[in-house]
Amino acid sequence: MTRQERNWLLVAPAGAWFLVMLVLPLSVVLVFSFGERGPAGGYVPAFTLEQYANLPARLTAFKNTLILAPLGTLAALLIAYPLAYQLAVRTDPKWKTILLVLVIVPFWTSILIRSYAWIFILGGRGLPALLEAIGIEGVRLIYTPLAVTIGIVYGYLPLMVFPIYVALDRLDKRLLEASSDLGARPFRTFLQVTLPLSIPGVATGCLLVFILLMGEFLIPALLGGGKVFFVGNALVDLFLQSRNWAFGSAVAFTLIVIMLVTVTIYMRLIARLRLGRDDAQIM
Amino acid sequence: MAPKASFAQYAARPQAGVSATVAELRSVSKSFGDVLAAQDLNLGIARGEFLSFLGPSGCGKTTALRMLAGFEAPSSGEVLIDGQVVNALEPFRRPVNMVFQSYALFPHLTVADNIGYGLRQRRPRLPRQEIAEKVGRALEIVRLSGFDRRRIWEMSGGQQQRVALARAIVNEPKLLLLDEPLAALDRKLRKEMQIELQDLQRQLGITFVLVTHDQEEALSLSDRICVMRAGRIVQVGSPQELYDHPNSRYVADFVGTSNFFEGRVDAVEGGRARLVTASGLTLAGRASAGLAAGTTGCLSIRPEQIRMTRAPEPESQAVTVHNRIFLGEHTEYLVRHETLGNINVLTPRQAEQADRGFETGETAHLAWSDAAALVLKND
Repeated sequence: MTRQERNWLLVAPAGAWFLVMLVLPLSVVLVFSFGERGPAGGYVPAFTLEQYANLPARLTAFKNTLILAPLGTLAALLIAYPLAYQLAVRTDPKWKTILLVLVIVPFWTSILIRSYAWIFILGGRGLPALLEAIGIEGVRLIYTPLAVTIGIVYGYLPLMVFPIYVALDRLDKRLLEASSDLGARPFRTFLQVTLPLSIPGVATGCLLVFILLMGEFLIPALLGGGKVFFVGNALVDLFLQSRNWAFGSAVAFTLIVIMLVTVTIYMRLIARLRLGRDDAQIM
Repeated sequence: MAPKASFAQYAARPQAGVSATVAELRSVSKSFGDVLAAQDLNLGIARGEFLSFLGPSGCGKTTALRMLAGFEAPSSGEVLIDGQVVNALEPFRRPVNMVFQSYALFPHLTVADNIGYGLRQRRPRLPRQEIAEKVGRALEIVRLSGFDRRRIWEMSGGQQQRVALARAIVNEPKLLLLDEPLAALDRKLRKEMQIELQDLQRQLGITFVLVTHDQEEALSLSDRICVMRAGRIVQVGSPQELYDHPNSRYVADFVGTSNFFEGRVDAVEGGRARLVTASGLTLAGRASAGLAAGTTGCLSIRPEQIRMTRAPEPESQAVTVHNRIFLGEHTEYLVRHETLGNINVLTPRQAEQADRGFETGETAHLAWSDAAALVLKND
């Protein structure tokens, strides 16, 4: 077997998987998006741009997704970074593993059940009742964008913590000593050394969380209560309830295109920011 | 720019009323949990000198350096810089800079930005123009002009070493601390860098404090060496003092190489001592400080102090040549004595040419002057 044949053999299982489970279904979605809804739902072959012309009907779903996904990513980043920093830089090595396991413990329970729990925490008898007891009345949390954001951050926090943790943990601690030795106060050391060198982890974490959030439907369904819905919810509705496969496919395909464009722009920006720093990581 | 002019910028100017001691350790001890890393260190560092902490790993030399840098606070005792107790002073407030063992250069910054890092931390801010000029001069001094826009990983080990040096000296520190700075370099490069370090220290007049486990490095670079063992200072002195007058077997063994013959100290008188070996052989030499008769001790004789002859001389020792290594300017012999065991002898080329050298298996006679031998107490 030649080297090239071996290489093909190595990627063959993944390649076959992607072809059957991703490329083929996506092609089907693309084809369906140019079709029409049958009288009893489903799909009737056609070639029309009608479905795409109809997209503004779901504008709210796109707006919610495109506002709350980046917002949720940013909120998760702001909460995850200090946590990852504390774990990677400040924590005694013997506690690190235990604390890291604690970060993933929530994953042991289904996200469905955990999000369900938030309904009660944010619902009328949860936090609002508690706030009322200390004199803050009329606070409504459940079924608001805030509730969805809280749920999102809660659910995706570990995915943000880990890449940042890895980047900070890999950071040569002598660089921090060197910075201090050269006269930088701790905060300036953070700004000039720690933060720039942890950018790869931040970039990975944000990308991971953002992509997953763009497709999210469970958390908005439970905590948004049909008032705050994402494109994901619109898709569930279109495919399962109103059985409008053609329009559903157009919505789905549009989301994919938006995602590809955003992620590409994002990667370009990050690449410019890190400009050749990959090599530095090897050292 | 003429090199002289650029160095003047960095040269420590002797000032009236400035003490000759730039830094001092007073009864400094440091423990990490149950481990005593440094015990009762007392040492003054003279302004402008090149001082080395020498010892095997774990002897406390790096701890001593890190206490001067401010990365560790002493558990007891005082660290002084310029007469001020700095025990609790953070590293970023100390007028000292360090060259780290693995250089610890910032991988996300260019060579010039690495070197200018310390200058950019100054408050009030230095003008950009001034920073650029100082960085340029530092690059010149370490002979890296033209490398300013390079990335750190584009530099070789030796070049990175020089960037690390430039990054420290550009701040004109009162003390330049060097933590095994040459350990990562190959032998040839290390030799070159040793010479550069020494030149640099002379030109800049900055006080250098080096930590090393390499006795050759310490001997060739230092004005004074502080030999450490198990957290304590064993002896402080110039390379020659340590070589010629070691105060213990440990120092004699660590600084240079030596032959040791064990025995009982029979008599100590007028700076001279007599040692009787287990087999009854009587050897004489200078007495080291604090040597008392009636204790066990050893006689130390350097390989190059031994003369090797074909004919017996008065009080010479008959040996068999076991091994011969030709080293160019020297020949190293390993010879065996009936009761003293293996002995190393180093003969210069001149003696070889006059006497055609010895072959393995030949019988030879060893002689040395009593003044070259030193009787030490065992430690």
